[in-house]
Amino acid sequence: MLTMIGKRLMFAIPSLIGVVIVTFLLTRALPGDPAAYFAGPAATKEAVEQIRKKLGLDKPLIEQFFRYASDLAHGDFGNSLTTGQPVATEIRNRLPASAELTLLGLIVSIVIAIPLGVLAATRPGSWIDHLCRVTTTAGVSLPVFFTGLVLVYVFYFRLGWSPAPLGRLDVFYSVPPTVTGFYLIDTLIARDVEAFRSALSQLILPATTLAVFSLAPIARMTRASMLAVLASEFVRTARASGLSPATVIVTYAFRNAMLPVITTLSMVFSFLLGANVLVEKVFAWPGIGSYAVEALISSDFAPVQGFVLTMAIMYVLLNLVIDILYGVIDPRVRLEG
Amino acid sequence: MKRRDFLKSVSGLAAGAALPAMPSVISSAQADARSETLLIVSEGGPNNLDIHGVGTNVPGYEVSWNCYDRLISHEMKSGPGGVPYYDRDKFKGELAEDFRIDDMSVTFKLKKNAKFHDGAPVTAKDVKWSLDRAVSVGGFPTFQMSAGSLTKPEQFVVIDDHTVRVDFLKKDKLTIPDLAVIVPCIVNSELVKKNASEKDPWGLEFTKQQTAGSGAYKVTKWTAGTEVIMERNEDWVGGPLPKIKRVIWRMVPQAGNRRALLERGDADISYELPFKDFQEMKANGKLNVVSLPFSNGIQYIGMNVTKPPFDNPKVRQAIAYAMPYQKIMDAVLFGLGNPMFGAPKDKATEVAWPQPHKYNTDMEKAKALLSEAGYANGFETTISFDLNFAGVNEPLCVLVQESLAQLGIKTTINKVPGANWRTELNKKEMPLFTNVFSGWLDYPEYFFYWCYHGNNSVFNTMSYKSAAMDKLIDGARTAAAIGDKTAYDADVKGFVDLAFTDIPRIPLYQPFVNVAMQKNISGYQYWFHRRLDYRAMAKG
Repeated sequence: MLTMIGKRLMFAIPSLIGVVIVTFLLTRALPGDPAAYFAGPAATKEAVEQIRKKLGLDKPLIEQFFRYASDLAHGDFGNSLTTGQPVATEIRNRLPASAELTLLGLIVSIVIAIPLGVLAATRPGSWIDHLCRVTTTAGVSLPVFFTGLVLVYVFYFRLGWSPAPLGRLDVFYSVPPTVTGFYLIDTLIARDVEAFRSALSQLILPATTLAVFSLAPIARMTRASMLAVLASEFVRTARASGLSPATVIVTYAFRNAMLPVITTLSMVFSFLLGANVLVEKVFAWPGIGSYAVEALISSDFAPVQGFVLTMAIMYVLLNLVIDILYGVIDPRVRLEG
Repeated sequence: MKRRDFLKSVSGLAAGAALPAMPSVISSAQADARSETLLIVSEGGPNNLDIHGVGTNVPGYEVSWNCYDRLISHEMKSGPGGVPYYDRDKFKGELAEDFRIDDMSVTFKLKKNAKFHDGAPVTAKDVKWSLDRAVSVGGFPTFQMSAGSLTKPEQFVVIDDHTVRVDFLKKDKLTIPDLAVIVPCIVNSELVKKNASEKDPWGLEFTKQQTAGSGAYKVTKWTAGTEVIMERNEDWVGGPLPKIKRVIWRMVPQAGNRRALLERGDADISYELPFKDFQEMKANGKLNVVSLPFSNGIQYIGMNVTKPPFDNPKVRQAIAYAMPYQKIMDAVLFGLGNPMFGAPKDKATEVAWPQPHKYNTDMEKAKALLSEAGYANGFETTISFDLNFAGVNEPLCVLVQESLAQLGIKTTINKVPGANWRTELNKKEMPLFTNVFSGWLDYPEYFFYWCYHGNNSVFNTMSYKSAAMDKLIDGARTAAAIGDKTAYDADVKGFVDLAFTDIPRIPLYQPFVNVAMQKNISGYQYWFHRRLDYRAMAKG
């Protein structure tokens, strides 16, 4: 197992190097001159040149790249010019916010989508199958920001059930001491029940927004793969042997139908993590998606590079975890390095 | 964990999640905190807490204004609609107890009990160090200081612990006002020097992250892009102790949500909303909406006069007659702006700026002028705008495009991303564009010096050069410095007239700064920098 993990990680290194090179070149190819941007509207040509020198942008591209690579090797992602903070710190502070939101959204989505998919597969053509179809089609066709805005409008503005969409915690609560960076866990560790409730109620709307969006692939995949498994011979055998329908569906069919669902889950997760920019914007969520987009708009290289690199690393790790999960769920899947 | 247990725990979690969706009960201590706390929501936040820093953005100015003191500040007067408005011509001491203006210098006596946030007394040494810093760090602060002829550290002289003299390089009416803008703030020199390094002798890295001043507020927490929290400085001597104890400033990128937060009563103040929202909020009367004109600011259409066809004054006049002025006021601004067009024919030029010009939408005249210039069949051109302000710029440019099409002028719209806009302006190659300029110092000659003078500053976006114009602008500056009112008036009228006949840029309107706040918030003041001054505000 360990050698397998080691080998997998080794294979990831060339792709990470590739990511470093490509992001570096891509950000340099962006239009816009960061020196002019940060020199301000009133800057003279000399002032712009001064800033260019300060940022090291007057050096040849290859030298800039080696400097960047050696900084990276020392764990230095550079400084963001727009927020004025080191990129590594910012990503460390913001990643948990995005991860907490995405995970919760995914959990909500799984809780709804998998039973829905299973039920739809066991009773094809019934009302629950149609419900599944309608929900998933609606979920995937509503743009995320639209769902988010509608939810805010109804539950915050109209009904007043939900707290103000002002980020992770009500403004009058203090942030719990950081242990995991997940407020739901940190507030519990700090035994601050009120803050926990606040953090949870702040999370509900954005998590629901994400869940609505990710419902479709999970439910459809569960349904399709359950249908295939339910039609297979071992299920017929199990039924013929007089096992109860629940045992047949949950123990025999569902476990065998899990593999493609897990693959979909991993894709949905990484997709959500990167793509919840809009949700973050709507709910003023201090996550990495909105951070990266803002950086991109002001041609701030370092955060963009840091973001892409972080996502690449997460992707590699996620794939590894999924592969390991395969083996746990289905002993027939044996991993060769 | 077995799968079944897992499923159970997951559904348990989901049930738990449904409960706290109800509004949480707020303890009484928190209710108290709310009444003394100001919650501000805006789109963007500061990127640097020190205005002397490299590339500090406009929200950063607001922090500096409230957390640092200057030697002097402006008095207040009653402005449009009874809103307190800074008085351009009257100054009062902030850190200075008293000041005396002589022929070639000004002497400040410091308040003896003034203290920095860390308890160190404010001395003349700190004042000199801070002003030296402002004229030496380069970039925007140094540039702003030079606008008041403050350029050399030798100009700032320490007389004793509590007395400082500022020597004038030359007579300049703008020197005193320039000492009351945001830039010449007084920094805790000992504290910053301790945290400076050889590479960073002015300690910019240190003051970027924390405030080191003597101002009415100090930043206690700053998460870039998310929030700024400021607490009142109980020992502030720059003025009466502010009523607001704590300011929480949250960044909410979605304009719709900012409006919802205001209307639900959760946020106290917001700016940077679409004009339509402001107009609707004004109409329904649940909130206080203050709309005041930018002092010395104009949105305009600029034309590059170095290249055909706009090198021909007839073409420029034709364009000025073809602008859909009223449509822009109605459809883009929803009336929230001062028209800068259509003055009556017989109206005499005033000694004031901004003032409306006499062009009006008149397509017949425009057509006639265009054929006189030899472009009867029109031409092709590009109109550019800054995407950062697309809310106003985009509809405005579409209206202009539509209007010019009636003259046979085919216009392509070029949307320039915010990061590129300054680069593009600096290149001075865009033939036709829209932009805003607004000067901190509210004097006509200041505006014209930056926007029309032949020394071709970045704000002279049209590359306009005229010997007659330069003579009038320089004349007005000299006349102002020596106090020759007749010559000054003649020169100001002269350059305004010339700017309107030569018309290298077409003034459209004077934009409004719009601020929406709860009814229980009082004490909003208009400042030249157009940001909030928390010191005068009160809640309840």
